[in-house]
Order: sequence, then C-alpha cells, then structure tokens
Amino acid sequence: MATRDIHPKAPVDARIDSAAREGLTGTAPANLYGPALEREQITIAPDFRPPELQPAWRQDFPIDWPQDQYVERRDFVKFLVLTSFALTVGQFWIAGENWLRRRLGLAEARRIASLAALPVGGAVVFNYPGEHDPCVLVRVGERELVAYSQKCTHLSCAVIPRPAEGVLHCPCHEGLFDLRSGRPIAGPPPRPLPRIQLDVRGGDVFATGVELRTV
Amino acid sequence: MALRRPFTREQQTTVVFGMLAFVVILVVLQLWLLTATMNAYLGGDDGVVWPAAIASLVCLLLNLGLLRYLGRVTRRG
Repeated sequence: MATRDIHPKAPVDARIDSAAREGLTGTAPANLYGPALEREQITIAPDFRPPELQPAWRQDFPIDWPQDQYVERRDFVKFLVLTSFALTVGQFWIAGENWLRRRLGLAEARRIASLAALPVGGAVVFNYPGEHDPCVLVRVGERELVAYSQKCTHLSCAVIPRPAEGVLHCPCHEGLFDLRSGRPIAGPPPRPLPRIQLDVRGGDVFATGVELRTV
Repeated sequence: MALRRPFTREQQTTVVFGMLAFVVILVVLQLWLLTATMNAYLGGDDGVVWPAAIASLVCLLLNLGLLRYLGRVTRRG
C-alpha cells in the first residue's frame, strides 16, 4: 500500500501513541519535533481569519502581510519626502517671484479716462500696470473714484461692478466685494481686490500705482 | 565594540511607523507654510517670504535625515 493511501486521521491505538511515550520510542508524529515557525515567518491576513478560511484567491496567491505592510509604509515615507522636496521648491519659487517683482519696481503713471466722459455710476475697463492686467474704474460719486484689479482674488475671474448695489460681483462662484473698499463681503474670495491708486490731473484720470492688500 | 543586532521585521515596522508620523507632521507644516506664504505674497506682504522658505528648507533637511536613517534601518534588518 502506498503512503498516500493512508488516511491522516485514521484511528491509532492510544497504547501505541500516547503523550507519555512521545520521544521515548519514536512513535510520536514527526512534525511534533519539526522546527517551529519563527515570529518572522508567521503571516496573518488582514481579516485575521486562519489560512483555511481565506478565499481561494488568497490561498492560491498567499502574501507575506507584515512584510507587505512594512514595504508599503517605507515607500510611503519616501513618497512623502519627495512631496516635501516639491513643497520646498514651491517656497523658493515664490521667493524668486518676489525678487523679480521687487526688481521691476513701481509701474509708471498712465492716463486711463477722461473725467467728463465718466458719469456717476459709470465704469470703464483698462489695463494696468501691464497689458494683460485688466482693471476697472468706477465713478461712485461726483468727486469719488475707485479702481481695482478686475481679477477676483479667488480664481481670477473678471469681477463686474454693480454701482447701484455698491458691490463688485464675481459670477464664477458668487463672490462679492464692497465697491468702496474692495474688501470681500461674501463668497470664497480670500483677499481684497488690489486697489489701483488714482490721480486726477486736469480733467483726466491717471493710474499711478497698485496697492496689494491681505486684509 | 558594541554588538549591533539586526532589527527584526516587527522592529523595522515600528520604526517606519514612527518615522512616518514625523514626516507627515513636517509635510503638513510645509503645506501650511506654502499656502500662507502664497496668500501673503499675493497680498503684497513679502516680509514672510524668505523666513518661510528657510523654514521649509529646514523641514526638508529633517525629512532627508529621517529618510537616511530609514535606509540604515533597512540595511540592518
């Protein structure tokens, strides 16, 4: 009879193989004296169930879970350090931009409109200080003019003045700015609109500078 | 010469978890620094730009030091 034909759970006479005789006669099962698994070799599936209760795919492709967890966390640390490098590069990019902005200095004064052509409540769009920096000038009173960058401080959509309501409206995300101060009063914009400094010379309105503000 | 036993896998995992906690805190700090600095820069307040850049660089150096230690732990394992 071949060894494979022996049923592993076939009854054995207790007098032949008893705990008291193990090791004395050599009749104890061989695996009893086999090397025990090291702690390092024990693997437990994420659901903590024993291996025989695991789904077939997990039994077919067993994974060393503690090792998998170790490698996963180690690689995540490496990825985070790479993220840290990217954030540092971003900080120095801002510093570089700041250096360039300081180097460019103040913008030159530029005529933007005639005061006579702008009625109270009227608005005119102009570009200042660069050709791609849209701004809006609003005459809010007989002797009162305000001008702001037209880029919303949230996501740079163009704001639309509503002098009758006393606000500048950003249609993208329903942001509202106070017309007289340029400060955000509703919606997601985090900062006031950059204020364009104005000067009236001989009936003409000139833009003379840009005032950036955080609050 | 002191006997340097290799780290067991459990010890290595514990070290990596601890290191991960430090690195996450530093990266979150850097992210906050970047957003706060960007807000200040766009608002014309450029006094914080260079101190924030240096602080971020210090965080990066700390992270690189931890990564170097991680490599040593892995080699000892």
